Amino acid sequence: MSLPPMNMPRGVTPISHDIYNLHMITLYICCAIGVAVFAVLFYTLIKHRRSQGAKAASFHGNTLVEIIWTTIPILILVALAIPATIVLSRIHNTDKSKLNIKITGYQWKWGYEYLDQGIKFLSNLSTPQAQIDGVEKKDLHFLQEVDHPMVVPINQKIRLLVTSDDVIHDWWVPELGLKQDAIPGYINENWIYVTKPGTYRGQCGELCGAQHGFMPIVVKAVTADQFKQWVKAHQPKKQGASV
Amino acid sequence: MSHDHHGPAKGLKRWLFTTNHKDIGTLYLILSLVMFFVAGTMALVIRVELFEPSKVLVSPQFFNQMTTMHGLIMVFGVVMPAMAGLANWLIPLMIGAPDMALPRLNNWSFWLLPFAFSLLASTLFMQGGGPDFGWTFYAPLSTTYGPKSTDFFIFSVHMMGISSILAALNIVVTIFNMRAPEMTWSKLPIFVWSWLVTAFLLLGVMPVLAGCVTMMLMDRHFHTSFFNAAGGGDPVLFQHIFWFFGHPEVYILILPGFGVISEIIPTFSRKKLFGFHAMVYATVAIAFLAFIVWMHHMFTTGAPLGAQLFFMYSTMLVAVPTGVKIFNWVATMYRGSITLETPMLFAIGFLIFFTIGGFSGLMLAIVPADYQYRGSYFVVAHFHYVLIAGSLFSIMAAVYYWLPKWSGKMYSECLGKWHFWLTMIGMNVTFFPLHFVGLAGMPRRIPDYALQFTDFNQLATIGAFIFGFSQLLFLYNVMVTAMRKGQDNLPDKVWDGAHGLEWTIPSAAPYHTFETPPHVE
Ligand code: HEM
Ligand SMILES: [Cu+2]
Ligand SMILES: [Cu+2]
Repeated sequence: MSLPPMNMPRGVTPISHDIYNLHMITLYICCAIGVAVFAVLFYTLIKHRRSQGAKAASFHGNTLVEIIWTTIPILILVALAIPATIVLSRIHNTDKSKLNIKITGYQWKWGYEYLDQGIKFLSNLSTPQAQIDGVEKKDLHFLQEVDHPMVVPINQKIRLLVTSDDVIHDWWVPELGLKQDAIPGYINENWIYVTKPGTYRGQCGELCGAQHGFMPIVVKAVTADQFKQWVKAHQPKKQGASV
Repeated sequence: MSHDHHGPAKGLKRWLFTTNHKDIGTLYLILSLVMFFVAGTMALVIRVELFEPSKVLVSPQFFNQMTTMHGLIMVFGVVMPAMAGLANWLIPLMIGAPDMALPRLNNWSFWLLPFAFSLLASTLFMQGGGPDFGWTFYAPLSTTYGPKSTDFFIFSVHMMGISSILAALNIVVTIFNMRAPEMTWSKLPIFVWSWLVTAFLLLGVMPVLAGCVTMMLMDRHFHTSFFNAAGGGDPVLFQHIFWFFGHPEVYILILPGFGVISEIIPTFSRKKLFGFHAMVYATVAIAFLAFIVWMHHMFTTGAPLGAQLFFMYSTMLVAVPTGVKIFNWVATMYRGSITLETPMLFAIGFLIFFTIGGFSGLMLAIVPADYQYRGSYFVVAHFHYVLIAGSLFSIMAAVYYWLPKWSGKMYSECLGKWHFWLTMIGMNVTFFPLHFVGLAGMPRRIPDYALQFTDFNQLATIGAFIFGFSQLLFLYNVMVTAMRKGQDNLPDKVWDGAHGLEWTIPSAAPYHTFETPPHVE
């Protein structure tokens, strides 16, 4: 038996890699501080017990150590803030994107619109109700499967415009390192650059009503050629009138 | 002087009309205990539903009502009243005052609460169900799409808010005006300091919450569009207002706990608190920072880079004063003469697990990483570490610590220890695995989930039952101690390392104390 997933996925976009690294650095720093603090604590708990004959010392302040343990954390925080700032400004840079996809949250499904290609469709949960009710055997991708996945080409900067038609939803795909609220009246911008073909799954990340747990996101990343074919197959037929 | 007519009234009237700070403190604590089991039962309903993917027990709709009610009641019905109960019992005793400054108002502050919570609980039985939009009640889910009972929820929040404001006012006035003559600011016990700062936080933000729910009410019934984009309003405005209240609120839940721990650790280490002044400054600094970091709950709403950077830096800064506090507590124990009675066990539990909650808090401050954490079970794990190990453990530590003073009787140390160990194990088995499922991508507030999250969720549910049922030991221990007839002949100073005016009066504390101001050492 293998262990279930226990950590943030490293993901398949440059940003998701950055985020993963930030996450791990912060985690390691926290672990190091934790080990230091708890080591002193447990040492004290073992050695300085009255049952071990410990007599209480009488000091109750020491300016030097207090200055030290204020300054060192500040330095650590500065060291963390620098890479975080760099990554964050990268996230905010949506320049030079080739493809624009508008994502709209609805109670309870997602709408995708390829602004330059004129493709538009809705994406619904495709897990049968019988599986949800527990009367039928569950598929591997129980609750993380949809009828029409969002299809994107790899190795291209894609701009995502996220909005909502009713309440606040949140478009979250961990492996793309992207979580963006879908807010009525707002169009939030973000971007992805997928480096590996594959199917990536996520879910709505903001409580949006009774079916909040049932609005998954599936993104299929394909090669540029496959994407062209997909566009051709899905583009609405030009109306004859223009001839 | 003869004050023989001054004993408590008999029967129900004593509790309804009481203006005695000790009675009111007891009332708050009892309310909190009752609410703890109510909200705890709701948590178990949630955990049962999450034992397996797909429907186990309740509908998604009812699941949302349970998470909402659990959160609301734990925050407003358990932790806040418990802290208020401690304030009422202890502040007058610690500063050498005969009572709170405004005793009749004090009675009102308390008695609003049972009505507020009855109203809130009644919404579960209304047509359309109770509030189902989370304790954060984001618009427009709560305004445009909320069930009918949302209006009762709003009214109930108004009542709780009024109660808290009055209580905070009373505490501030008491601390400013009722101190024994020699009780200078630098002699003020650290618990009282913590509550003073907390009271200012309350006065600062409860009106904001009141404004927020009032705007909701207007949107729902009076054709305004504060939060409705279709009418020219702004749903993000709601979040700004809510979190301007909500972020300081989480410090309101924890700062008095810091005060409690700062009283208990010195007692059982038989050493003075390390860095008293630094502790007070750190508390004030945390309270100040609390007012300027609210947007860190909204990093995914699409704010501009500059704003995100500001809130990231200010949030990270909170780690500094918090760290100072942790270091000072450890230094207080260092080279002490430590004994591990139940209150001390809870204090050490607080120290260790609150620190872990602090670490996940620091991780959440890093904005790019927060994109992956927020709205996931990682956040649920984080805030339960700080709320259970922080607020709840400090409340329990306080009850065990002062119960002998309040009641004149000693609780069962053996049961207390069992309670501690089971609680600690239960809480970690429940919430530690939830970090993992959160990181792996499980959103919070979902009734069913994908298969890969099953194992850890089952573990968490088992942990929750261990946690939940071990609280019955607490209930039993406290009830038996409090109701048992007779006295245990405890010394005034119940714990040999204790300091402070409350340990100079008899145990049990007489109904009236400090009618003439005491002498402060
Ligand atoms: C037996 C102990 C507890 C258990 C098993 C428990 C369990 C849970 C669970 C399963 C959730 C739902 C998470 C979600 O779906 O988002 C939750 C939410 C929450 N809990 Fe607890 N909890 C416990 C104690 C506490 C305590 C002591 C507090 C506060 C003092 C607290 C405050 C909250 C809050 C504020 C929420 C968020 C509610 C919301 O999403 O609107 N819990 N808890
Ligand atoms: Cu949604
Ligand atoms: Cu949702």
